[in-house]
Amino acid sequence: MSILVNRDTRVICQGITGKVGEFHTRGCLEYGTRMVGGVTPGKAGETVVGLPVFNTVAEARDATGANATMIFVPPAFAADAILEAVGAGIELVIAITEGIPVLDMARVMPVVKASKSRLIGPNCPGVITPGECKIGIMPGYIHTPGHVGVMSRSGTLTYEAVWQLTQLGHGQSTCVGLGGDPLVGSSFIDILTLFQADPDTHAILMMGEIGGSAEEEAAAFVKQHVTKPVAAFIAGRTAPPGKRMGHAGAIISGGKGTAEAKLEALRDAGIEIAESPADMGQALVRAIKRR
Amino acid sequence: MKIHEYQAKDLLRAAGVPVLAGRVARTPEEAAAAFTALGTPVCAVKAQIHAGGRGKGQVIGSTQRGVELAKSADDAARIAKGLLGNTLVTIQTGPEGQVVRQVFVESGCAIDRELYCAVLVDRRVGSPVLIASTAGGMDIEEVAHNTPELILSEPFDPDRGLASYQARLLAAKLGLPTASWRHAEAFFRKLCAAFVSLDASLLEINPLVLTKDGTLVALDAKMTFDDNALFRHKDLTALRDEAEEEPAETRAAAAGLSYVKLNGTIGCLVNGAGLAMSTMDLVKYHGGQPANFLDVGGGADVNQVTEAFRIILSDPHVKAILVNIFGGIMRCTTIANAVVEASKTVGFTVPLVVRLEGTEVEEGKKILANSGTAIITADGLTDAAKKVVAAANAA
Repeated sequence: MSILVNRDTRVICQGITGKVGEFHTRGCLEYGTRMVGGVTPGKAGETVVGLPVFNTVAEARDATGANATMIFVPPAFAADAILEAVGAGIELVIAITEGIPVLDMARVMPVVKASKSRLIGPNCPGVITPGECKIGIMPGYIHTPGHVGVMSRSGTLTYEAVWQLTQLGHGQSTCVGLGGDPLVGSSFIDILTLFQADPDTHAILMMGEIGGSAEEEAAAFVKQHVTKPVAAFIAGRTAPPGKRMGHAGAIISGGKGTAEAKLEALRDAGIEIAESPADMGQALVRAIKRR
Repeated sequence: MKIHEYQAKDLLRAAGVPVLAGRVARTPEEAAAAFTALGTPVCAVKAQIHAGGRGKGQVIGSTQRGVELAKSADDAARIAKGLLGNTLVTIQTGPEGQVVRQVFVESGCAIDRELYCAVLVDRRVGSPVLIASTAGGMDIEEVAHNTPELILSEPFDPDRGLASYQARLLAAKLGLPTASWRHAEAFFRKLCAAFVSLDASLLEINPLVLTKDGTLVALDAKMTFDDNALFRHKDLTALRDEAEEEPAETRAAAAGLSYVKLNGTIGCLVNGAGLAMSTMDLVKYHGGQPANFLDVGGGADVNQVTEAFRIILSDPHVKAILVNIFGGIMRCTTIANAVVEASKTVGFTVPLVVRLEGTEVEEGKKILANSGTAIITADGLTDAAKKVVAAANAA
C-alpha cells in the first residue's frame, strides 16, 4: 500500500516532446514507472522514448487508459494544460512546471476543486512510491521502500530528508512534493488525510517553510486527526523578515507566517521538531520512539 | 518587480481609480515648477524610493522627513533639495537607507478620514482578495496582529471581478456615509480590475482617503508585479528602476539566479529555495553568518553557475564559500565543472567547501578530485557547515 501512486498507475507526460519532458519521461521509465504515452498538440503520431504521442489528453487517455499525468508544459501554457487534464478526467494531475503566473492558478483552482481530479503542484518535484512508481524529477536512488510518509513544499529539501531517512534505515511509503508556489493543488492537510488512512504509512515527516499559514493549519489538523508519529522541519528560521514575504502578505495570516509561530504550533500539536536540516531523519526516529 | 508610487498612480489613473494630480521632479527647480503648475494652495513633496514608511522616515544627517507639505513653490524646492541625492532611512529600508533620486509633488486634498485597502492573492482562499480596514495610515501589520477584527476581507474571482454588493458590504463595514457608497463601489471594483489586468502581486493603498466632499482617493499607492507574469506585460518592464535594486541581485536575476544579499561572511551556493534557506539556517546553527541566499535553480548550466560564483566573490565580506548541492534536475557534474571553470576564470580567493549529493554525484566528485582546485570536501550537511564556519573564522 501507499498513497496516490503505485505499480498500477498508468502515466502520460504532457510536454513529452520538449527536452525536459523527454529527459524525465526516460528517467521515470528507467525507474519502472508505467509510462504509457505523451501529449503535445500537433505532434500526434510521433514517438518519444518508445511512447506514442497524442494531440490531446482525452485521446491519450482513451488510447492508453492513463489515470495520471505529469506536466512539463512551459509556464505560459501550463495552466491550460492542467485544465485540459482535469477536463479529460485524469484522476491525478502532477504539475512540475515552475513559474506559472499566480492569477492563472487562481483561475484553475475552482475548476480543480469542482472536479474529481487531484492536483499536486505546480512547481513541485512530483510524487514517488519507492520501488513502484516515480512521477517527477527526483533522483530515484535516494529512496527506499518502507513506511514513512514524506511531504514538503520544497524539492531539494525533500531529497535531503529522504536521503537521511534511507541512511537511517527508514524506507518511505510515498513522498509528495506539494510545490513552492503561493497557490498549489494539494495542501499538507490533504496529504496528511491520505497518510493517516494508509495502513502502510507508520510515521510522517513534513518539511515546511516561512510564509503563509499552511504549517499552522497542518499542526491543528494533526492535533485533532492524526494518530501516527509526526516530525517536522521549518526552513527559513534565520531568513530576514520582509525579504520574501510581501508587506500585506502578513495581514491575512495575522501575525502567523514566521518560523517561530510555525514551530510553536507544531510543538503544541505534539510534533517532533528537527532543530537543523541535518536533524530531519533523527527527528522522525525520535517521534517514533516517543510513542 | 516593484515600481515607484508615481508610476503606480499613472497606472491607477489609466484604470479609472481616483488619484490626485501630481508631477515627478528630479531637481529642486522642477519641484518648484510642479508646485506652480498644480496650482493648489498645499502640495505634498514625497520621496520616491522602493520602500514604505516614508512619512515617518528621516534623511540621514538632517531632520527632513520622507514626505512633507509645501505651501509655496520655494517651499517645494527646499523640501526637494533636502531629499534629492540624500539617503532616507525608513522602517523598511534598514539602517543603511536608500538614496532619493526623484520626488513626487502631489496636490493636496481635504481629508475627512484615512482608511486602508489592499489587493493580493490569499493562499488559503486560493483567489485574490480585497482587504480593507478603518485603521488607515497605520502600520497595517501591527493592526493585523493586535486587532485582527479590524481587517476586512472579500475574495473575488479574477475573471468576474469584485461584485458590487461586496464593495457595498465593505463600504458599510468601513462606516462610509451612504452618499459615498456608489463612489466606493466604483473605486473598489476598478482597483480589483486593475490588479487582475496588470497581473499585480500586491496593490496597497495606505492611506485610502475619504475626502470632505465624500469621494475616495488613493493617497498613496504601492504596486508590485508577479514576476512570473511579466512575459505578457512587456510594457511594464520599462517601469523597472534598476537604481533602486541591489546591483548583485539585478545581476543575478539577469543570469536567471535567485540571490538575496545578507550581511554575513559565508557565501552560500545551493540548488532549490528550501534547501538554500535550510543551508543558511544550518550555517547560523553552527555559529556562522550567511553572506547571501543563492538558489541556482534546477536548470542552470555551467555558465550560470560560474556567474553565481562571480557574484558571491564580488562581495568583499565573504571569507569562505559553501556549495551545497543535492542534485535532482541539477547534475553534480554541472556544479563540478562550474567550480573548475570559476577557479580558472575568476580564481577563488577564499576557502571553498563543497558538499555534493544526488544525480551524477560520483562523476562530479571525480571531476573535482582530478581538477587540482583547492577544495575542502564535505560529507553530509553538518560536516559541511562545521568546515565552512571554521574556514571563515580562520580567515
